[in-house]
This record gives sequence, C-alpha cells and structure tokens, in this order.
Amino acid sequence: MSILSRLAPQDDDLEEVLKTMNKPVGSMHYDPWGFNKDTNHAAVALFKWMYERYFRVEATGLDNIPASGRCLLIGNHSGQLPIDAMLLGYAVATNPHGPRAPRAMIERFFPSVPFLGNLMNQIGAVVGDPINCRKLLENEEAILVFPEGIRGAGKPFSKRYQLQRFGSGFMHLAMEHQAPVVPVGIVGCEESVPTPAHSKLLARGLGLPYFPLTLPVVLPTRVRIHVGEPLYFPNDDVSEAQVSQYVDQVKDAIREQLSTGLENRKGVFQ
Amino acid sequence: MKPQIPEENPDTEITHTQNGGRRPQLLVTGAGGALAQRVIQRLKHHYDIIALDFRHRPEIQACSASYCVQFTKREFEDIFRNHNIEAVIHLGRISAFEQSRSSRYNANVIGTKKLLDLCVKYDVRAVQILSTYHVYGAHPYNPALIEEEAPLKAAELTMDLVDSVELENLAAIYLWKYPSLNVCVLRPCNIVGPGINNTMSRLLSRHYAPWVVGFSPMMQFLHVDDMADAVAASAHRHQRGVFNVAPEDWVAYTRALDECNCRKVPIPPVPDTVPKFISNLLGWRSFPRYLVNYFKYPVVIDGSLFRETFGFQPQYSPRELFAHYREMKN
Repeated sequence: MSILSRLAPQDDDLEEVLKTMNKPVGSMHYDPWGFNKDTNHAAVALFKWMYERYFRVEATGLDNIPASGRCLLIGNHSGQLPIDAMLLGYAVATNPHGPRAPRAMIERFFPSVPFLGNLMNQIGAVVGDPINCRKLLENEEAILVFPEGIRGAGKPFSKRYQLQRFGSGFMHLAMEHQAPVVPVGIVGCEESVPTPAHSKLLARGLGLPYFPLTLPVVLPTRVRIHVGEPLYFPNDDVSEAQVSQYVDQVKDAIREQLSTGLENRKGVFQ
Repeated sequence: MKPQIPEENPDTEITHTQNGGRRPQLLVTGAGGALAQRVIQRLKHHYDIIALDFRHRPEIQACSASYCVQFTKREFEDIFRNHNIEAVIHLGRISAFEQSRSSRYNANVIGTKKLLDLCVKYDVRAVQILSTYHVYGAHPYNPALIEEEAPLKAAELTMDLVDSVELENLAAIYLWKYPSLNVCVLRPCNIVGPGINNTMSRLLSRHYAPWVVGFSPMMQFLHVDDMADAVAASAHRHQRGVFNVAPEDWVAYTRALDECNCRKVPIPPVPDTVPKFISNLLGWRSFPRYLVNYFKYPVVIDGSLFRETFGFQPQYSPRELFAHYREMKN
C-alpha cells in the first residue's frame, strides 16, 4: 500500500465513480508507464478537498470530453506549480459524463527526482515523449497536454492569460492518430501564485527550469475550467506552415474558453 | 554418423548418438543452463539435439551428443563437420558478472562471430540468438514500451554492456548479409524462476535486497518455462528478425520485492555515484555497479511483435513468479 493510499480519506461515493473508470491495467494494477490504480484513486480522493473546497472549481463543458477512445485535452498552463494539471485531472477522473484516467505529459527531468517521479507516474503522469504519447493514443487514452510547457507555467504575473508559444508536437500526433483535440481554458490558476519575477541564479543552482520569486503560499483563488467542443484535423501530408495554422486554431479555441471564464467571474476569489 | 573426437582436444567430449541422421539436428549452446534444458525438453521430439556448453559437458539424456568446448577454439568447427546441423539456438551468452570484461567480449562477441561464420559455411538454416533487454539502457528519458527499432543505448551508459550491444550489432549484420541464415534475435525481459541464476533471480531470492531510495522503476518478469516456450515457438519457424519477449504485465520494483518477502536495504540516491560506490564496496553480484541505473529508471519493452508473430502467451502471472521466491525463503 502506497503512502497516498494510507493518507487518502475513505469516500464511498467517490469510489463508486472511480469504479466506473475503464482503465486497463495488468494483474498487479500497474500499466507500462507506472500508473497504479490504487495510488491514482487515493490521489483523486486527496485532491477532492482541494478541488471542491480550496479552489472551489467550477467546470463546464465536461460533456465535450469523449467518454472513451483516444483524445488530447489541450490547456493553457500557468501558476508556477502544476495545480492546473491536477485540477483538470480531477475533473476528468470524476467526469459525470464518463470518468477517465487522465494522462498528463510532464517534463523530462521528473523521473530523475527521487520519490516525486515515481509518485507522479503512479498517479498517471507520463514523461512528455512523442513515443509515450503515440503509445497512449494507440491505447485509447485521454492525454492532458500543456503545449506552452514551462514557458506557460513559469511566466510572470504581468503576462497572465497571454498564451505563450505552443509546441506543435501534439498536433502532429493528433493528425497522425486521428485523435480529437479538446480545447480547455483554465481561469484562476494564474492568480494562485502571483509571481512578479524569477531568479535565474537560483534556478541554475538548483537545477530547476525556473525559480519564482513569490509568496510561499498558494492563494485560494476560484478556478474555472471551461472545456470546448472537440476539434478534428485531417491526417494529410501538410507543410509545417499548415500545421502551425492548425495549432493557431487550437490556441484561438482556448482563448475563446478563457474569455468566457474571465467574463463570467465576479472576482479572483469569487 | 558417429561424431569424431579430436584426440588432441581434451576439452571436447561427445557422449552418444541415437538418431542415424533421420531427424533435423539442432545445436543448443549454453546447454547446461536452466533455460536451455527446458528448451531441449520441448524440442527433443522434433530434433536431434546437440548440446554444447563452454563451462562443462552437459549431462542431458535427451541429447544425441554433448560437447564442452570454447567457441573460439579450432575444435569448435568439428561439431559442424561431424553433424548435419540444420539450426542453432545460441543461449550460451556469458552474463556480465561471470567473467572479466575482456573474457566476456571474447566469448560473447568473437565467439558468436565464429559461430555465425560456421553457420554460414555449413549451410545452417536458422540461428536464434538470446540477447537481453539490457541493451536498451536504463535512462530517465526512456519511453515505455520500447520497440525493437529503438536505439541500443546501453553501450553509451556503461562499458560493461558493450559486449551485449556488439553481439546484437553482429547479429544484425549477419541478418541482412546472409538472409538464408534466418537469424532471429530474442531480447527477453527479466527471466526468473527455478534454476535461473541471473542478477534479478539472485536478488529476488535474497532475504535482503537493495533499494535506491525514492526509485521504483517498472519491470517485467518472465518465468523460465514461458521463456522456454517462447524459444521453442520461434525455433519451429525459421523467422528472421529481432523480437522483444515480454508479457503484457508490469510491476514496480519495490512491489516485486514486497511480493518476494525481500527486506529493502535503502541505498542513498544522491549524488549519482553513491549507489555505484556502495555496490562496488559490498561486491553484490545481484546489484552490480553497471546495472544500478536499471534499479532507478524503467526499461519497459514492447513484446507485442513477438506475441503476434508466434502466438505467444505467457502462462505464469507475476504473482505466481513471486510465490516461488517467497516459498524459497520459508
């Protein structure tokens, strides 16, 4: 039994929802990427309080996430910490229209970090490698991708809700494997860790991609997750310029979701 | 035809013949090992088996003849002269902990080249070579379900696995240069079970096993009987190619230790050199320095090509495998 399993509160209602999650695993509840059913369910139970009470998440459009089959959920990244990924992951795992095990793509340095790398794998995260992504799509899984990467997560407060450059890897995979692209706009995480500046020196010294100079707390902002309708792209042999145009379509769809979320909210904490 | 024993070679011994040349003859190297003996049991009804081992003369009733000879010796060719060998199963690879690096290179690379040259010269129709998943190398960037086309990074990470990678390169050269040789390379995951004496099997059979703190990579385990079935299945077909052999089941290393009732001995993970230093210091054969990264990062292979090509399905679950090691300790 993992540490998370020991810490997780007993929640029969949540357990009933998670039982309907159709995630194939081996005889000892693992999959090839290290996903462990028991640890995943324990993590979801632990996130519940954060999702419902701390960030008071309001999620709309969850019926746009296919209940089964391959898909890529593409979101905006922000907030210095991967809180947006955790909250979106919880929303996907407990989706009333069909709960799924979310597979978040993470940075390549995580497997080298003792405990954290294994823990993230057991919850469902996977190193952001194109081979992993291809295999997961062939396995008919739902993948969470934040194509801005650390450019988005580590951006300063002054650039909040401005989408940074998107990598095009997700689009190539979506086209090649005919996977629907589901745009997701996440509002609220930008303000949870407001960061005026970064320290390159500390980041270099600690071997981190960035080091935010900010408050040592995560603020209880109200988070809104808006899921748009799936987009489909043809599997044609097109130029990189055309692929970039497709990526821009996804960015526009995310901007649309972000605008809806920003217009609807009454305040950062409400 | 009765095999001739070169008088000047005391290392080469022949037992008896049974067949009179009616059935195809199959040479099995490394025949003294637990895997080879199981393979021979599965193939003895279809082939006349010629058993060969460089360590000692295999005492196997099911064999037409058995020899003890080094691959690099001239007398090795006499086996091909004296028998009409149709196929070879090359299981006689020296594990990294068995001999020095240069001896291993000589046996595994130079010796295998000699074997392959003789196979070409004597018109052998199929050669199966046992490799290992270690050739892919353990690296934090490794994707899961590594396919056969993936680069073999082990040589970049440790000099102690150079011979394994070179053996693969050699096999690949003969694969395309001599298509009629039908070279088939098998890259299995961890083979464990009764009689197996490799690193992983030794480790699981211990009461105390090392654990690099904070790491528990995904692993795959194959029972020796299942591996013997896999070798036998591919021996019946002269199928060229390179194949991973692994079940569709995965277990984290620490979970495997728990299931085998192994107590974990914590090894500090940082700096990187500490686990290797401790491995050297303690001289653990089941936790050798060059395999430390395999206890930190996953090397999960995709065995689907082999399963689909040969209709292979392992019979033993991980729980059944671990039960063997648990019972050993009781």
